Amino acid sequence: MQLYLPIADLPVNVFLVLAMGAAVGFVSGMFGIGGGFLMTPLLIFIGITPAVAVASVASHIAASSFSGALSYWRRRAIDPALAGVLLCGGVTGTALGVWTFTQLRALGQLDLMIALSYVVLLTTVGSLMFSEGLRALMRTRRGALPPRRTHNWIHGLPLKMRFKRSKIYLSVIPVVVVGIMIGFIGAIMGIGGGFILVPIMIYLLRVPTSTVIGTSMVLTLVTMLFATMLHAVTNHLVDAVLALILMVGGVTGAQFGVRAGQKIRGEQLRLLLGLLILSVGIRFAVELVIQPADLFTIREVGGSS
Amino acid sequence: MRTLVAALLILMLGSVARAERLIVSVSNHRVTVTPNYSGEELVLFGSVEKDATTPADRTAYDLVVTVMGPRADMVTRRKERTFGIWINTDYRQFLQVPSYLALFANRPFDAVTSPEIARRQQVGLNNVLLTQRVSGDFADVVPNDAFRSAFIRLRTQRGLYREDPSAVTFLTPTLFRTGIPLPAEVPIGTYEVEIRLFANGAFIGKTETAFEIVKVGFEQFVATTAGQNGLIYGLVTAAMALMTGWMASIVFRKD
Repeated sequence: MQLYLPIADLPVNVFLVLAMGAAVGFVSGMFGIGGGFLMTPLLIFIGITPAVAVASVASHIAASSFSGALSYWRRRAIDPALAGVLLCGGVTGTALGVWTFTQLRALGQLDLMIALSYVVLLTTVGSLMFSEGLRALMRTRRGALPPRRTHNWIHGLPLKMRFKRSKIYLSVIPVVVVGIMIGFIGAIMGIGGGFILVPIMIYLLRVPTSTVIGTSMVLTLVTMLFATMLHAVTNHLVDAVLALILMVGGVTGAQFGVRAGQKIRGEQLRLLLGLLILSVGIRFAVELVIQPADLFTIREVGGSS
Repeated sequence: MRTLVAALLILMLGSVARAERLIVSVSNHRVTVTPNYSGEELVLFGSVEKDATTPADRTAYDLVVTVMGPRADMVTRRKERTFGIWINTDYRQFLQVPSYLALFANRPFDAVTSPEIARRQQVGLNNVLLTQRVSGDFADVVPNDAFRSAFIRLRTQRGLYREDPSAVTFLTPTLFRTGIPLPAEVPIGTYEVEIRLFANGAFIGKTETAFEIVKVGFEQFVATTAGQNGLIYGLVTAAMALMTGWMASIVFRKD
């Protein structure tokens, strides 16, 4: 069934977009990530302009992370204090990121910057996660105990605060810094940033796995709502019809993804996610390195007059 | 008195220059884009009306129909390998070029008229004026310019630029018709149609008509709201996201 998108100005197959939303939603529910880094390239692939894709995906991620956050809230798997501190940084970072986005666009090399940051970020995070998952898997095979958790330099920083739900005693400085970083990256790359936030919280901040996903979802939710508003007000590029189809597909897929994720062991899950992120990163890298089928591209710059 | 003389003069000159009159009509002057819109084809009808001043030996006419969509500025970029990766290095800006362009004729463009007249009358994709900004200067370049031909090739691939030298058919020696195919991702706006008449290679005259492509109903409402009330639109979209997420968590609640 064809449906005409009012802002993207082109007809799409509703079932195709629904299926895409469901597939990405499944992955996002399974790993507790937003899935923006998968959704945006998919939309661009079916012919939607990158600007509209990035702007509309933001609201889609907001919807799926809200449904996720609600179910984590009911299971008391969200640390409100930790989420609050993260958000302080996240909102600042998003504003900074949007400002940088505008500056880069003025320089005319935004597309390259986005592609390069996708390559660097995804391959780094992906390979780290993959190798860590592999090591953990081998450890359990051998029946060895996981290495004892040690305190690192981060735990020596001042301004400590007690996060009751997570049962950690941690300085607010690294938490705010992480929030700023995620907000900044998210605004520039059009992603929620959950796939970077979760490992940082686990390995660097030592947040227990019981609260990490739910708390990161709250940050994703708020930054993506903020991004939707910003895109709607400044660029008028949010396609509500496209967003709604993606949301419906996404939240449905996410529910099944969560169930599937609970059946898989933690290490295997990390291994799979690492592999997924790595392959998207490699795809971007390949695109930059091999000669494109067409060296020329057209972009409309000014409206009709 | 003077204006009357001038008007009469123009009228006389006009009738001398235009021995033939072109009467045309498009099957639909207002194409509406509805939720299930997925492309359409318009039909252009017309006839060549002769009058007393028409030379008797003029029997075979040739027609060139040009359809131009709303104009916009576009940038064509070229990728080059730099430090091992392919990045956009060079670009040309095309100023106020048609977003949709179709050229139709009843026989090959080079058979219709001479290269000189074809260039002046912009017959054929190679002769249509596409203004570029070349380092502060405004000009169209030679047809085989790399950026110009890449621009036309890419637009043609998307079905937005096309030329078909056999699309116009003469039903009788003076009555003609042609189809105007509009692809699914057609730009919204006013479309100008120019019909040029040729006889024995000479340009005789042209006439113009137009049609518009508009969004109606829900599409129109969403597009104008997004453009004019960005804040409310953003709030509604955000609320929609929260609603969808909340409903999903209710529907799929496991306990």
